[in-house]
Amino acid sequence: MTEYYTEGTPIQDEKAPATTIEKQWDERRFHTNLINPSNRRKLSVIIVGTGLAGGSAAATLGEAGYHVKSFCYQDSPRRAHSIAAQGGINAAKNYRNDGDSVERLFYDTVKGGDYRSRESNTYRLAQISVEIIDQCVAQGVPFAREYGGLLDNRSFGGVQVSRTFYARGQTGQQLLIGAYQALERQVAAGTVEMHTRHEMLDLIVIDGRARGIVVRDMVTGEIETHFADAVVLASGGYGNVFFLSTNAMGCNVTASWRAHRKGALFANPCYTQIHPTCIPVSGDYQSKLTLMSESLRNDGRIWVPKKAGDERNPRDIPEAERDYYLERIYPAFGNLVPRDVASRAAKKVCDDGFGVGPGGRGVFLDFTEAMERLGRPAVEAKYGNLFDMYKQITDEDPYEVPMRIYPATHYTMGGLWVDYDLQSTIQGMYVIGEANFSDHGANRLGASALMQGLADGYFVLPNTISDYLAQGPFDKIDENHPAAKAAADGVRERIDKLLSINGTRTVDSFHKELGHIIWEYCGMERNQEGLTEAIEKIRKLKAEFWTDVKVTGENEELNQTLERAGRVADFFELGELMCIDALHRTESCGCHFRSESKTEDGEALRKDDDFSYVAAWEYGADGSGPVLHKELLKFENIEMKQRSYK
Amino acid sequence: MRSTVALKAAMAISGLIMVLYLILHMYGNLRAFWGKSAFDDYASHLRTFGEPTLPYRGLLYIVEVVLAVAVLVHIYSAIVLTRRDHAALGKVDGKRYQTTQNKRGVQRSYASFTLRWGGVVIVLFVIYHLLHLSADNVIHPGGASDSPYVRLVNGFQIWWVMLSYLIAMIAIGFHLRHGLWSAFATLGINNSVKRRRRLNQAAIVVSLVITIGFLLPPLSIFFGWIS
Amino acid sequence: MNITVRVWRQENHDAKGKMVSYPVNDVSPDMSFLEMLDVLNEQLTVEGHDPVAFDSDCREGICGMCGVVVNGIAHGPKRLVTTCQLHMRSFNDGDVIDIEPWRSGAFPIVKDLVVDRSAFDRIIQAGGYISAPTGSAPDAHATPVPKVDADKAFDAATCIGCGACVAACPNGSAMLFTAAKVTHLGLLPQGQPERDERAINMINQHDAEGFGGCTQIGECTAACPKGIPLDMISRLNSDVLHALTHEHSNK
Ligand SMILES: Cc1cc2nc3c(=O)[nH]c(=O)nc-3n(C[C@H](O)[C@H](O)[C@H](O)COP(=O)(O)OP(=O)(O)OC[C@H]3O[C@@H](n4cnc5c(N)ncnc54)[C@H](O)[C@@H]3O)c2cc1C
Ligand code: HEM
Ligand code: HEM
Ligand code: SF4
Ligand code: F3S
Ligand code: FES
Repeated sequence: MTEYYTEGTPIQDEKAPATTIEKQWDERRFHTNLINPSNRRKLSVIIVGTGLAGGSAAATLGEAGYHVKSFCYQDSPRRAHSIAAQGGINAAKNYRNDGDSVERLFYDTVKGGDYRSRESNTYRLAQISVEIIDQCVAQGVPFAREYGGLLDNRSFGGVQVSRTFYARGQTGQQLLIGAYQALERQVAAGTVEMHTRHEMLDLIVIDGRARGIVVRDMVTGEIETHFADAVVLASGGYGNVFFLSTNAMGCNVTASWRAHRKGALFANPCYTQIHPTCIPVSGDYQSKLTLMSESLRNDGRIWVPKKAGDERNPRDIPEAERDYYLERIYPAFGNLVPRDVASRAAKKVCDDGFGVGPGGRGVFLDFTEAMERLGRPAVEAKYGNLFDMYKQITDEDPYEVPMRIYPATHYTMGGLWVDYDLQSTIQGMYVIGEANFSDHGANRLGASALMQGLADGYFVLPNTISDYLAQGPFDKIDENHPAAKAAADGVRERIDKLLSINGTRTVDSFHKELGHIIWEYCGMERNQEGLTEAIEKIRKLKAEFWTDVKVTGENEELNQTLERAGRVADFFELGELMCIDALHRTESCGCHFRSESKTEDGEALRKDDDFSYVAAWEYGADGSGPVLHKELLKFENIEMKQRSYK
Repeated sequence: MRSTVALKAAMAISGLIMVLYLILHMYGNLRAFWGKSAFDDYASHLRTFGEPTLPYRGLLYIVEVVLAVAVLVHIYSAIVLTRRDHAALGKVDGKRYQTTQNKRGVQRSYASFTLRWGGVVIVLFVIYHLLHLSADNVIHPGGASDSPYVRLVNGFQIWWVMLSYLIAMIAIGFHLRHGLWSAFATLGINNSVKRRRRLNQAAIVVSLVITIGFLLPPLSIFFGWIS
Repeated sequence: MNITVRVWRQENHDAKGKMVSYPVNDVSPDMSFLEMLDVLNEQLTVEGHDPVAFDSDCREGICGMCGVVVNGIAHGPKRLVTTCQLHMRSFNDGDVIDIEPWRSGAFPIVKDLVVDRSAFDRIIQAGGYISAPTGSAPDAHATPVPKVDADKAFDAATCIGCGACVAACPNGSAMLFTAAKVTHLGLLPQGQPERDERAINMINQHDAEGFGGCTQIGECTAACPKGIPLDMISRLNSDVLHALTHEHSNK
């Protein structure tokens, strides 16, 4: 398999201070170079993305006095995909007095990530979590409260402490609106320049430093160049490579991928999280999948008919002819096994032909027993809104017939490689939020992505970036600089190329096909044979895309087909790298099951001796294949253990 | 200060002043049931009220001035706001939406729909009404008279006079049904679902009372219960 | 089922638009409204025509990006849902469905069904925030908030900024949107110091953007996918009038 990549020199984070883990963050801040407030005005920062990470960073840097230029592809920064997060945000506040602490959150995160994350970053995340809640409450984020007027907490994602803060089922929305309002306040104050409906299409690197970006004004089609002393990518995850995912329609990898092509390493691309409780696909027109809260598994029982292709009304299938497969295989945890186990099991029963609903892609999530045990009103009180949502989408009443669920891609742990300062391998380019790889290892705990986005944006980046900016302001450059010109020309050429192919197939048809390949071969379960096949298929499809795609219209207008075409083109390249990454990691870890790496009773087998590293990939100039740089992971504060759910 | 909310508040207050006037006026009209002298005495009493502290018609002057200001403020704000609202619609070729379906929206009431034209109807009516029953009795269907009571009785025996008042009073009823409710909200007192229900009920009751109260004397004359 | 859609087509802001009819066949009742448009667009693209531009992102009713006027009703006939959550089962075989953009002077049309709602951002810029610089916050439990206030503030905070209220209001007013924000922040203890100023500045910006005034018609609430209640407009009015009649406001 080494024909697909070559191995380069190892890399290492050099920014985390060599001291005990508790003191690292204080140390780091103490040793960063500070910038006099009056000089900050002269320093500029480009931030791509206005989600929790980018929005909070832009607001904070603007407030600090830097000149910030902020970009997003939506018509308003408030619509970034973070808005869709439902469940909640973790913080080690220990308001419940149930034994939570920074240590425990740190421990849970590292363990949840199956020992594939960096201890220093994760510890800092747990430390900062506490400040995030304070900050958000001060901004007026309406977290759920109890009658005493204090904040409510719940336990989330199978952890034993109640550390999750939430705002009904719309925590992401409320947090994002808080950051958005802080951002708009800075726009009014003149410190942040907001560019909505602008898509980043390339990074401008000059003398090894990130100095600007090329964007397309999505309304006029104009290709613009913007310059700054530092560039921050907060452009979110790439789950849409699967076509169907719980991500928003516009989520893309373009910003990250273009930076990758310009020299930023891409870490662990094959680490993606699949969420078990999504509403199944109803037909091939389906454009995206909707997540339902995992909490449903607390009371619902999952089953499929024992007879393949059983088309009877589920209510008429007698107990004896039902297979409660999770309860059968995992008697100890039953329906509450972790996300990846539940997802994989669901896909397996469907692959074996036992699935229910359209296309046999679904399993039942049944509340009959819960309703008998708790009574319908109690079930209604607990899950009413989720049931309503389900009914709204499927037109089936979960009080009457069991719900159907199926796993869907939900989050991407992989992303651009960053050091402790969140700086990528390109100087002056920082990556925050879901776009970086840093904190979640091979699997993310529920309610930790929001925490990470805000930790990065409000607290980490604003402190670490000053260390770099203190070297500035750098030489002024403009659009006539050869590097800027080359980047802009490259973007124009690519657009012209896409528009000139004028083939027969639509962009979406390619995207669907690509997504299908990745889902089948690089989803929750992989093996060598499938992955090599997938790489071939992707390459073929990519070639077909570049000769047969049909992109209508022109560049000089709002052209949504063109936007999508550019994104899908990058997904092809990413998809290939994902498969190569998955192919080289011949262990099962986190949410990834490698069928060649399992225990005797068929469970995931992690191989710490061989794979306890971050796989950071360097872009190989066309044809030469990617180069693997390993960052070895050391666990000095937490002992590594194999997971077991039996 | 020239915000929509400030103008709306001016509108609401002037509207409420007019409503107050209408209630008093209605009370005066209802005295027609007491007979000619009660009605005419009341009219002259109004003119001599407060003498000698106030000059002849003193109270009426004050009322008229307040009313005139209220009417001007109300009309001025109505025009400014209506213009704004129209400009805010972004119409193409005189139409906002091209569809012919659901032209009346989802839930809007007839009363809200007719607020503006209803207002215009009221202005026209007031002019006509003043020329008829006040001022110099310029229009005198059924015969002129110095006695307001006689003017009433003369006028409302004629079907088209009756009809014109009937239409006007219904227009006022509609205008007030929505206008009053709107005024409450404009002044900021509609702050819960329960309040909303109460205020809506209040608006309906007041507008019904005013419409019916005004219509009683003319109808009674028309049907010959008063002569 | 087979349907016909009549869609507002307009090349760009300056072009003249018109309604154009397209047949869409084999529509599944389980499709969302936007998926039906996706299908239409695939069809148009293959035929070499320009697909219909429309905005959407999350497709689960939370980002506020989508929204068209369906048969004269903002977000379509079903109450409390956004266009992306409207399903074709709300329609019948053979229906002719009219699809138009949000129409408002303050929301210029960008292309077809896409409009520019940046006016909303500017209303927020004028005061739709609590000034709480990063790092300056006291402990989250320092200020308890009575649950009733917290809940009501939350109801207001659920506004997704979609603009349906404007599209539905016969006066083109954005009072419901503005009021939701003023109510959200004005009910919380953290929002008190800036309450007066916020109300005045936001309403002034609302007016400057060219939105109409509110005559309490209530179409906004009926169209609002989040059911933002009408009484919030009254709260906004009350806050503005309070601010105008009290000393400390300087506007
Ligand atoms: C349905 C759902 C539910 C979730 N629930 C939870 C939860 O309960 N708890 C939790 O902790 N996490 C949850 N997550 C995960 C979490 O929401 C995300 O990981 C997180 O919000 C990502 O934030 P971000 O700021 O990194 O990126 P995003 O919010 O995705 O923002 C990306 C930004 O980048 C911009 N952008 C992207 N590409 C470009 C480009 N090329 N040019 C210009 N701009 C660009 C976009 O416009 C956008 O502003 C959930 C995710 C999903 C999908
Ligand atoms: C003179 C002719 C009149 C016109 C043109 C007129 C017009 C209007 C209009 C357009 C409105 C709605 C304005 C808005 O909300 O933006 C309105 C509201 C109102 N009108 Fe009139 N009106 C007239 C007379 C009256 C009279 C005679 C009364 C009372 C007796 C009255 C009472 C009210 C009230 C109480 C409101 C509600 C104010 C608010 O919405 O805050 N109006 N009027
Ligand atoms: C059926 C209904 C009505 C009847 C029978 C009626 C009757 C009268 C009469 C008899 C007068 C003369 C009083 C006098 O000169 O002493 C008068 C005056 C007046 N009416 Fe009416 N009226 C009616 C409705 C209204 C309405 C609806 C309005 C306002 C919207 C109105 C406004 C006035 C005004 C402004 C005057 C002049 C008062 C003055 O001169 O100071 N009337 N009305
Ligand atoms: S108030 Fe309702 S309709 Fe208006 S923008 Fe907010 S969510 Fe949309
Ligand atoms: S529809 Fe318009 S008039 Fe007011 S109540 Fe709603 S903003
Ligand atoms: S697309 Fe996000 S609300 Fe409809």
